[in-house]
Amino acid sequence: MAAATFKIWRGERSSGGYKEYKAEVSEGMVVLDAVHQIQAADANDLSVRWNCKAGKCGSCSAEINGKPKLMCMTRLNTLPLDEPITIEPMKTFPHIKDLVTDVSWNYKVKTRIKKFTPARGEAWNASQDDVDRPQEFRKCIECFLCQDVCHVLRDHGLHDEFIGPRYFVYSAAMEMNPFDSEDRLDDLKSKHGIGYCNITKCCTQVCPEEIRITDNAIIPLKERVVDEYYDPLKRLFKIFK
Amino acid sequence: MTEYQTLEHDVLIIGAGGAGLSAAVKASAAGVKVGVVSKSLLGKAHTVMAEGGVAAAMGNVDSRDSWRVHFADTMRGGQYLNNWRMAQLHAQEAPERVRELERWGALFDRTKEGGILQRNFGGHRYPRLAHVGDRTGLEMIRTLQDHGIHQGIDFHMEVTVLTLLKDGDRIAGAFCYDRERGRFRLFRAKAVVLATGGIGRAFKITSNSWEYTGDGHSLAYHAGAELLDMEFVQFHPTGMVWPPSVRGILVTEGVRGEGGVLRNKDGKRFMFDDIPPLYKNQTADNEEEGWRYTQGDKEARRPPELLTRDHVARCIQREVREGRGSPHGGVFLDIAWIKERVPNGAEHIKRKLPSMYHQFKQLGDIDITKDPMEVGPTTHYMMGGVKVDADSQMSAVPGLFAAGECAAGLHGANRLGGNSLSDLLVFGNRAGEYAAKYAKENSAAAIDSAQIETAARAALEPFERTGGESPYAVQFELQDMMQDKVGIVRVEDEMQQAIDEIAKLRKRAEKVFVPGNREFNNGWHTAMDLPNLLTVSELIARAAAERRESRGAHFRDDFPEKSAECGKFNIVLRKGNDGEPVLERRSLMEMPAELQQIVEEMK
Repeated sequence: MAAATFKIWRGERSSGGYKEYKAEVSEGMVVLDAVHQIQAADANDLSVRWNCKAGKCGSCSAEINGKPKLMCMTRLNTLPLDEPITIEPMKTFPHIKDLVTDVSWNYKVKTRIKKFTPARGEAWNASQDDVDRPQEFRKCIECFLCQDVCHVLRDHGLHDEFIGPRYFVYSAAMEMNPFDSEDRLDDLKSKHGIGYCNITKCCTQVCPEEIRITDNAIIPLKERVVDEYYDPLKRLFKIFK
Repeated sequence: MTEYQTLEHDVLIIGAGGAGLSAAVKASAAGVKVGVVSKSLLGKAHTVMAEGGVAAAMGNVDSRDSWRVHFADTMRGGQYLNNWRMAQLHAQEAPERVRELERWGALFDRTKEGGILQRNFGGHRYPRLAHVGDRTGLEMIRTLQDHGIHQGIDFHMEVTVLTLLKDGDRIAGAFCYDRERGRFRLFRAKAVVLATGGIGRAFKITSNSWEYTGDGHSLAYHAGAELLDMEFVQFHPTGMVWPPSVRGILVTEGVRGEGGVLRNKDGKRFMFDDIPPLYKNQTADNEEEGWRYTQGDKEARRPPELLTRDHVARCIQREVREGRGSPHGGVFLDIAWIKERVPNGAEHIKRKLPSMYHQFKQLGDIDITKDPMEVGPTTHYMMGGVKVDADSQMSAVPGLFAAGECAAGLHGANRLGGNSLSDLLVFGNRAGEYAAKYAKENSAAAIDSAQIETAARAALEPFERTGGESPYAVQFELQDMMQDKVGIVRVEDEMQQAIDEIAKLRKRAEKVFVPGNREFNNGWHTAMDLPNLLTVSELIARAAAERRESRGAHFRDDFPEKSAECGKFNIVLRKGNDGEPVLERRSLMEMPAELQQIVEEMK
């Protein structure tokens, strides 16, 4: 069996550096297998989050050779094994230890978004066509890779003004839910920073669930905000109302 | 003196899967202060893995369905060892719990009339599983999570319980550590709900993640609760076997439902060779009829690939053992062959089984529309667990409740697919309701600092040693041994050997060494999980040795038949005064005449 070299980020609270490890590569292995092998053999205290190991829980997000990915769904035979493979924690969130970051900001953001609110006397009747679109958004496994790659958060650090792609998808799922009666457009415009997104589609590219984040969630929300607040005729109408 | 932070709740929920979140939502709605501790981040628990759907007799697709039929199906599936009262409550309350999820934002697939769509599943007489494609569990956990975060519940993520604390007989709280800093936390609570899920990590090949180390089972046992039906571990017949890294990951029953067939290395459909007499009349005796069944012909009988999970798992095991398996120790599951029968077959397969297509393509480099899959049994679900009162879900320890997979009674000797998601909704809800009630009726309990000191000292010992074995080594050896000796096919002397092996492994677990410090140290966490794994492993082996028959998920090579005598009792285990397990055969509760009648009518 061939061996491959892995450069894994080791350290606590942003201090630290790469440490090199060797792992035996067998058929079908994914990056998370290599990390587990190293953890069991050479680095018992190596910190890594994981759960389902089948791309369904979104726990093992990391940056592999610089690209945001799920470790459990990244097969070694898709990587150039003649060079060391780098594995680093997500950069957009505060570092805790080794491959683990503090993603609690995401959980806090969610509580700021108005919750699902059905209309009074809702009949709970809808066709499959009505639910197809929000069902796409509800495939989200909350791996936060889209948040990690988004330059508004990653490079500009606007965590206080911008909720990020995950929460535009979350908002869109409720805005397009046929049973929901809440209005989140004003929040999206004034509190959640949807205007900061300049649709570079990086989030869509890294989504392991292949949700068309930009095209199906963010752009339609932007259009609704524009219709509601920036339509010249509507504004005129509002003045005279 | 040990340093720790103290937090106080009326009701403390341990576990944030479907059962834990249901309990938390219900308890907080009752107006008490609720805290949830979870080993992982919120929304990552194993509920996300559930694919098929949630069983509830709503009758949206077939109006003949009712709670009575669901009740009878559940009892039959459990080979009548189920707690009938739980099976009754479950069947009666599941539809309302599913509708409640919809009111909280869940978006189920729809019928043409606009209602919640329901699908067929093994053992359910009518189409009964409300679902969202093949990601029903994700929809459920996300709905509960997103609803729960607005209910004023305190979530403590990545916190693991070391021990439950008691005040005399009653529960007083839990002593825990947080993963991030490795610091201790004391949670005082008037009532505690265990919702910790399963025990899959006791075995080598499993569909379960690292978390499922039987924590709730073990915590309850050591706190003095009774455990029930520990011999019944469900092995799902079709897990992936190749490549090694994905061994154990589930391949849904739906593949066989769509016409997939099982073959050995000689290309033979071996399932036709072994159809149990009890099922002979309901099972196709030729390939043609089996195929017609999968295509919706109501006159045709089901192909033998769709016999019960336990039977299919054993047949696969036999083929492998007798040298007729696939190259990597499984058998072949072939769906690609249906291209002979279905126009545009490859597209048809992709449309019907999108996540399976994706899973094999991405993880196994296999195109299931062209090549057969290799599959074999995988440890899937624990029917056994904390013995609880059917209505309130309270255990033998006052104030200690349990719900979901870590509780027992509903499923008896074998669980039907779809009944776990409904289980955790119905009984999570009930546990939350009664835990809140208990908390309101009782004052705060006293904390015994001696219990805390003992737990803290044991927890820190791995760091104090200067060297020793890795906790991973002990864990791997236990998993290999359990797979080998207490797996799908069991015999008495191997289980006695297993009990002896566990005792030796326990000695080794007491001496493991962990490098590094307490901050997010996975090695330390693994060391902390070992005592729980060893406890549940021993209890499984002891119960399995005692049940000298084959029934449901429990198969004894030395007693291959069902025995009428053994059908009259459950096995109950508790910790004796000397610290050793005490085993008891407890007679089944007598079923009321009206339920008896339902069972008889639908036999």
